[in-house]
Amino acid sequence: MDSLKQIMNTTGRIFDVQKFSTHDGPGIRTIVFLKGCVLRCRWCCNPESQEYKIQEMVQNGKTKIIGYDTTVKDVLADVGKDMPYYRRSGGGLTLSGGEAMCQKEFALALLKGAHHMGINTCIETTAALPFETVAEFAENLDYILMDIKHTDPKKHKEFTGVSNERILENAHKLAQIAKSLTVRVPVIPTFNDTEEEIFSIAKFAKNLRGVEEIHLLPYHRLGYDKYVGLGREYLMGDLQTPSKEHMEKLKKSAECSGLKVVIGG
Amino acid sequence: MTDMAKSIKKSDRIERLKEHLYKEMPQIEADRAVLLTQSYMSTEGEPMVLRRAKAFKNILEYIPITIRPDELVVGAATKRPRSCQVFPEFSFSWLEDEFDTVETRSADPFHISEETKRTLHEVYKYWGGKTTSELASSYMAPETLLAMEHNIFTPGNYFYNGVGHVTVKYGEVLQIGYKGILEKVRAEKAKMNFGDADYNTKTAFLEAVEISCEAAIYYAKRYAKLALEMMDKETDPVRKKELAVIAYNCSRVPENGAETFYEACQSFWFVQMLLQTESSGHSISPGRFDQYMYPFYKKDIENGTITQEEAQELIDCLWIKLNDLSKCRDAASAAGFAGYSMFQNLIAGGQTEDGVDATNELSYMCLEATLHTNLPGPSLSVRVWNGSPHDFLIKAATVTRTGVGLPAYYNDEVIIPALMSRGVALRDARNYNIIGCVEPQCSGKTWGWHDAAFFNMCRPLELVFSNGKDEGVQVGPVTGELESLKTFDDFKVAYQKQMDYMIALMVNSNNAIDLAHAERAPLPYLASMIDDCIARGKTPEQGGAVYNFSGPQGFGIANVADSLYSLKKLVYEQKKYTLRQIKDALDNNFGILEIDDDKALLAANETAKVLRAQGQNVTQDQITDIYNKIKAEGVVVNAEYNKIREDILALDKFGNDIADVDALAREAAYYYTRPLETYKNTRGGTFHAGLYPVSANVPLGAQTGATPDGRCAKKPVADGVSPSAGYDTHGPTASANSVAKLDHGIASNGTLFNMKFHPSALEGEGGLESFVALIRGFFDQKGMHMQFNVVSRETLRDAQKHPEKYKSLVVRVAGYSALFTTLSKSLQDDIINRTEQTRF
Repeated sequence: MDSLKQIMNTTGRIFDVQKFSTHDGPGIRTIVFLKGCVLRCRWCCNPESQEYKIQEMVQNGKTKIIGYDTTVKDVLADVGKDMPYYRRSGGGLTLSGGEAMCQKEFALALLKGAHHMGINTCIETTAALPFETVAEFAENLDYILMDIKHTDPKKHKEFTGVSNERILENAHKLAQIAKSLTVRVPVIPTFNDTEEEIFSIAKFAKNLRGVEEIHLLPYHRLGYDKYVGLGREYLMGDLQTPSKEHMEKLKKSAECSGLKVVIGG
Repeated sequence: MTDMAKSIKKSDRIERLKEHLYKEMPQIEADRAVLLTQSYMSTEGEPMVLRRAKAFKNILEYIPITIRPDELVVGAATKRPRSCQVFPEFSFSWLEDEFDTVETRSADPFHISEETKRTLHEVYKYWGGKTTSELASSYMAPETLLAMEHNIFTPGNYFYNGVGHVTVKYGEVLQIGYKGILEKVRAEKAKMNFGDADYNTKTAFLEAVEISCEAAIYYAKRYAKLALEMMDKETDPVRKKELAVIAYNCSRVPENGAETFYEACQSFWFVQMLLQTESSGHSISPGRFDQYMYPFYKKDIENGTITQEEAQELIDCLWIKLNDLSKCRDAASAAGFAGYSMFQNLIAGGQTEDGVDATNELSYMCLEATLHTNLPGPSLSVRVWNGSPHDFLIKAATVTRTGVGLPAYYNDEVIIPALMSRGVALRDARNYNIIGCVEPQCSGKTWGWHDAAFFNMCRPLELVFSNGKDEGVQVGPVTGELESLKTFDDFKVAYQKQMDYMIALMVNSNNAIDLAHAERAPLPYLASMIDDCIARGKTPEQGGAVYNFSGPQGFGIANVADSLYSLKKLVYEQKKYTLRQIKDALDNNFGILEIDDDKALLAANETAKVLRAQGQNVTQDQITDIYNKIKAEGVVVNAEYNKIREDILALDKFGNDIADVDALAREAAYYYTRPLETYKNTRGGTFHAGLYPVSANVPLGAQTGATPDGRCAKKPVADGVSPSAGYDTHGPTASANSVAKLDHGIASNGTLFNMKFHPSALEGEGGLESFVALIRGFFDQKGMHMQFNVVSRETLRDAQKHPEKYKSLVVRVAGYSALFTTLSKSLQDDIINRTEQTRF
C-alpha cells in the first residue's frame, strides 16, 4: 500500500470537474474528467477528452485551453467540498474521461485517496485495457459503469477504432470481482439502434455475474459544437436523436433479456 | 412511501372557487374607511385604545358582508374577491395622489370607482395630521430623515402601514373561543385594585379587548343570519344544506370553542380575516396550522364524522380564502412587494415543544392543498430537522417540482439555537414558525416587527468612496479621502464607520415609528390573542408581548463581499489600480452608457441595416435580440474604465465555494448583523438582523451607483444571501456551500437563499431524492433557509433572449446538469424542445 503522502502527491491530467452530477452512479456525485482515451468513438460527445495532450478549443467565440496537470491532493480537496451531499445521498466521486484507466497511477491514487476520505468511488469505463489493470481498478471501486457498445467485433472496430474482444472478455472477468457492475449502452442510430442489436447486448449483459441493470443512453448532438471548436470534422453528420417511441421499443426488446432497463443514466 | 404521503382526491368545488376568485379585477372599497372615520369622530378625547376598539366594533357591525358562491368557509373582507379596504389611520395621502394611476400601474393594479374616489376624498379630510406616519416623521432625528431621503435605507413598510408580521394564538380561540378569552379578561379585571399604578390604562385596555372580542362574535352572527336568509331563497337542495351548516357554524364560532374540524376551520378563518380588518399590517401568518388544527381533525376522523377527503376539501377552501385577502400599497412599495402578496406564512412539520417530531397527516394535507389549489397563498413553509420523515420531504419536493415556488424550507437546527440566543426559552423556540418571508419567531408570544426596514449595504460602500457625501451633501461621517486609506484594513474600517452610523440612524427611524404605532394605533383585538398582553394590560405596540424584537433586513452581501475582494486584489495586493482610479470608473459606470428605449431601437435598426447591406438576411427576432442586448448591456464609451470592469469580472466571486471570497462575505454580513444586535427598541426588546430583500433588491438597486464588484449603476443588488445573479458558475452545491459559510445563526430574523432549477433537474424519483439530499446537505452545514424556482420552457425561452438575467439557471443536459446560459444556442434549443415532453 502506498503511503498517503505518495498518493496525494501523484499528478495527472484532467480537463473538467463537474459537481452535482446526479446520473452517473448513485446519489449526488462529482465527476472528474481525465484526459486521454483508447477508443475513438465517432459519436463521442467529449472529443476534447480523446487526446492526452493539452489542446485549444473555441467555445462561444473564446479560445479555451483544455486540460491541465494537477495533483490528487488538489483534486480531492475540491471533490471533498461536497461531502455533506455525498453523505445525504449516498453519492461520491465518479471518474470519467476519456478513459480514466489510461492514467493508471493517477486514477488509482484518486480512488484510494477518496476512500481514505470516506468518499465512495465510481467509474465510467470502456474497460478496454489489459485485464490486470482493470482488476486493479475494480479493487478500488464501489460502482462500475461499463460501456458495451456492440457485440459484433467488426462493427465495433469500424465505429470506435478498436475491436471488442478484449472488452467482452474483460466484462466477464470484471463481473466476477466487481462490487457493483452496471452495463451502459450508447444508442447510436446507424450503429446499434436496432432491436436485434440492443437485445444482443442485453443478452450478453444478462450473462454477466451480478449484473442486474442496463442503461440505454440515447445519442445526442451535444458534442457537435466541440468538434467545430477543435477544428475537427463531425462524422455523425445530421444524425438525429432517437425518438422517445423508438427508445421505448428498444427498452422492451432489452427487457426480454430479464434485466432491468433504464433509459438515460 | 407511507400511507400519509399518498395523494388525496381534489373536490370539483375548488376549481369553481378559483374561477370566481379571479373573474374580476380587484377593487378598492371605502366601507371600512368610512366606518372607521365615523367612529373616530365620535370618540375624540377618549383613550386611544378604546377609540380603536370602538372603531373596530363600528366596522364589524356595519361593513357589508357577503357569502361567495360555493363557499364552505365564509367571511369576506370585501364585496368583490381579492379586493381591499383602506386604512387611513396609518397614511392616506399617497392613495389620493395615485387615484388616477392605481388602476393602470404595472405592479398590482386595483380598480377604483369614481364614487369610491369621492367618498375617500371626503373621509381623508378628517385625517390630516392624525396618522401614525405623520407622528413617526416628527419623532425622527433630522439626520435620519436626510439618510432616508438619500435612500440609504427605507423603513417604508411600517412607516405607511400597519405592522402585522405576527402569529396569534389561533389554537386558544379554537379551543375556548372568545367566550373563554373574555372570561380571562374578566378574571384579570377582578384582580385589579383602584390604587394600582396601571389601574387606569389597564382598565381602558381590558375594556377595549372586551369590545373587540364581542365585535368579532357579533360579526360571525351576522354571517349566520345571512346564511339562513340565503338558505331560504336557495332552490338547490345540496347548497341549501351547506348553507344550513354554515349558519350553524357561524352561530357557534368563534364565540365558543370549536367542536368539529369544520368549525375549527371556520373559527380560524374569522380570526385570520379580522386581524386584517383591524390593521393593514401584512404577513399575518397562520403558522403551525398542522399542529393546532390536529386535535380537531383526529377527533373527527376517529369518530367517523369526517372523511379525509372532506377534511382536505375544507383545507383547500381555506387556501382559496387566503388568496381572497389583499392590500393596496403605494406604487413604490407595490414594486417592492410585487404580486398582491399578503405573505400569510403557514408552516408544516418540525418538532413539538418537547423536541419530538411533529409531522402528522395534516402536515401532508397542507402540501396536498397547495398542489390542489396551485395559488401563491398561503406562503407555505416546511420545517426540516434531523428527525423529519424522509417521505415528508419527498412530498414537499413534489410540490416544489410543480414550479409554484413553494414550499420554502427552514432548518430547525439553526433557527432554534438562533432564537434561544435572543432569550427565547427552549420550548418556545422549538415551537417557532415563520412570519412573512423568512422570519422565525415563537407564535402567540411575540411582537417581532420582522420587516422593519430595508438596508442597502451597498450605499455605505459608495459613501466610503465619497468621504460620506451623496450628491454633494454630507450624509454619512467623514471617513477620509481615498488617498488616506493606505491598507485594505483602512478601507474596511472606513466602511465599518459608514455602516455603524447608518445602522444607528435606521434604528432611530424604527424606534420613531414604533412609538407612533404605540400612541396612535394600538390593536386591542390582536392583543386578545398574544401572551402576555392581558396580564400586562398593554397592547403589543405598547410592550404587552412576551418577546419583543425589531428586525430590519440588510441586503447586498454578495455585492459588498465581491467588491471588497476586488479592492483587496486589484488595489491593495496587485496594486494594479488606485482607489481613485476605481472611483473614476464607478462614477462613469465603467465607461458604459445606458441606452434608453428609443435610442436602443434606433441602434438595433442601424445594426440590422449594416448587416443587410452586407447581404445578410435579418429577421425581426434577430433585431429584437440585438435591441435587448443593447438595452441590457449598454454601450461601451470609455475603454479604459471598461478594462477595470473586465479585470474585476475576471476575479473569483462569491458563490463558487472559494474560501477567500466566502470569508469576506461572512465578514461583510457581520458589518450589518453585529452592530445591530447591540440596539434596543421602545418595547424593551432588542434589534436583530435579517438578511433578505423581499423583492426590493430591484427597486433599491435602481437607486445605487456602480459598485466595485462589476455591477453597473441602477442594476439590481444581490438577492438575500444568494450570490450575485450570474456570478455563481459552479453549480448548485458550490453555490450552497458558499452561502452556508455565512453566519446564519446571528441573522436570527431570517436569511433568504434562492435557487433556480429547471423541472428536469427534479425529474423522476431520483430527481426528488437528489433534491432532498441537496437541501439536507446545505442544512447540515448550518444553512437556514432555501427556496426554489423551478422554471418552465417559457422561462427558458426568455433566458435565451435575456441571458444576463438567468446566469445561474440550472438545467439538466444529458445525464448531468449545467448552467443554461453557458450552453450553445443549438443546445439550448434542444433542451427547450426536450422540455415539451417533460411530464410530471
